[in-house]
Amino acid sequence: MPDVVPLLKVVDVSLSFRGVRALSNVSFGVGTGELVSIIGPNGAGKTSMLNCISGRYTPSEGAIVLQGRDITRLKPNARAALGIGRTFQNLALFNHMSVLDNVMVGRHHLLKNSFLSGALYWLGGAQKEELKHRREVEEIIDFLEITHIRKAPAGTLPYGLRKRVELARAVAIKPSVLLLDEPMAGMNLEEKEDMARYIIDLNEEWGMTVIMIEHDMGVVMDISHRVMVLDFGSKIAEGTPDDVMANAAVKRAYLGEDEEAPAVASTDGEIAVGDAGNVVSWQ
Amino acid sequence: MALSLVPCGQFKTTYASDTTLFATPLSRNLVIAGVILLALVPLKIGGLAPVSDYVIALLIQIGYLGIAALGLNILVGFTGQISLGHSAFFGFGAFASAWLGNTFGIPVFFTIPLAGILTTAVGMIVGIPAARIKGLYLAIATLASQFILQDFFARAVWFTGGSSGSIAEPFSLFGLTLAGDRQYFYVVLAYVVIMYLFASNMLRTRDGRALVAVRDHYLSAEVIGINLTKYRILSFGISSFYAGVGGALFAHYLQYVSIEGFDILLSIQFLAMIIIGGLGSVMGSLLGTIFMVLLPEVMEALIGALQSTSWGNVPAVTDGLAYLKEAAIGLAIVLFLIFEPDGLAHRWRLIKVYWKLYPFSF
Repeated sequence: MPDVVPLLKVVDVSLSFRGVRALSNVSFGVGTGELVSIIGPNGAGKTSMLNCISGRYTPSEGAIVLQGRDITRLKPNARAALGIGRTFQNLALFNHMSVLDNVMVGRHHLLKNSFLSGALYWLGGAQKEELKHRREVEEIIDFLEITHIRKAPAGTLPYGLRKRVELARAVAIKPSVLLLDEPMAGMNLEEKEDMARYIIDLNEEWGMTVIMIEHDMGVVMDISHRVMVLDFGSKIAEGTPDDVMANAAVKRAYLGEDEEAPAVASTDGEIAVGDAGNVVSWQ
Repeated sequence: MALSLVPCGQFKTTYASDTTLFATPLSRNLVIAGVILLALVPLKIGGLAPVSDYVIALLIQIGYLGIAALGLNILVGFTGQISLGHSAFFGFGAFASAWLGNTFGIPVFFTIPLAGILTTAVGMIVGIPAARIKGLYLAIATLASQFILQDFFARAVWFTGGSSGSIAEPFSLFGLTLAGDRQYFYVVLAYVVIMYLFASNMLRTRDGRALVAVRDHYLSAEVIGINLTKYRILSFGISSFYAGVGGALFAHYLQYVSIEGFDILLSIQFLAMIIIGGLGSVMGSLLGTIFMVLLPEVMEALIGALQSTSWGNVPAVTDGLAYLKEAAIGLAIVLFLIFEPDGLAHRWRLIKVYWKLYPFSF
């Protein structure tokens, strides 16, 4: 585990929607260079938590502090410049733009040219600036292996590629904290492996702090440095993957317990069969 | 996967050559050749005019309407907002240019862009509700602005001359006055080229991408750092600037601006132009304008041809011809929306792909 320097602190955050308490008194901290996962059952408040950090929701109580600065009431569009990038659970690409333009939109807060200098393009230095950022964006496109589709409209791409384009767009923000909302939802095994590798590389080589929501426990436990568990809007556990796996409250709320014989993992899509030969139903 | 329109043998080795306005040198050269050809159109050879005054008038009309239509396309097609008040901005630009010339004695060369800037200010004020409301609600809000501005034209005698209208000076530059359509044509041509170039450039840089991002997914655009309010109002501003410049060109073309004509019907026609041409396409704005300007002319010619046949003597036909013309224009638009919903710009792309692959159409 890397040195823990507090980068993002969530202090006692609560969020209510007219009586429905989506989050109650959740606190946690994320250090620079950490890869933290948030897990929990559906409706536990995981996405609400990310929405509070990225500014989509404003917490009813509590504070969110990024690099020592209170950003609780900051507008979402101001947070990109402070280094918060995120992807969405449901695809949120700009479908009619090319992949390249989608990723270039991520550079918005880093670009200086305006509609006036942009209109003059060759005269005001807009071209030079655009090309400089194009060069950097191409590195991201190269890293995420989407070079072959860079000119394709994002809306025409298959699901797995769209997820990758969305990640590229978030990386283009040059975030210090990258929020990933179910980056592997709906992917096949191979795509999941690729995505896990990208996330690890972004964390280790690109030095990005990652906060990830994911339901695939295999991936979560393999790649996370720390795991936080939410249930009904409250934090029920936090710690290393092994600690969380062993936590009784987490087992009860989310992971489930092995009651009898452990199920044999199915590799080829067959129904898993327990040791005793009796069929274990899929949950 | 996307249809690639780049022909074989086009290898881009720098990012600069990959971000040109035109995909290939050929398409760029064709456009330049087209502009040069248009510049030759008004010339007279030995006292003879190969192109009639009527055609010149139509081309000028396409020019100033095309500029205003491009403005509306930036607002509707690229930013995904709706405006039912575009003709009011068009009218405001026309009056503003005439007013600036008459009141302050500013040469027309300067009043046209200044009128655009004044219209921008008005457009941004009208656009303020757009920061809050979307879709049909915004349509109604802009409809209100249409009526408010129309009423303003009728009442603000100091600005518009009221019901008697106002006189607009002919285009002049440093004592040189351009007289007649054949000379004014060059002013309109220059503006069309500059305004379309500016729009194309703007749309491939930071703010242009931001506008499209706001249209495609405003929630994620906001998280990526785009200020929604700013870009929604900016889009109204840019759109009004184009409408204002188009209106100013219209004013100095007719050299008289009447308060009639800038009504909701013209606003709807602007919308028809960009829908037929292709929403979210710069070139589509021009194609749609050409279509809408030429369609009545084509219908006129067809009616003329019909009248010269034996059908021209049947009273039921001759009485109905005027209505037939209007109905046929409406029908053409409806058919267009059914069979070509993506507009002429899309059809143009398909034609290009067809010829690129010809004769192997797969």
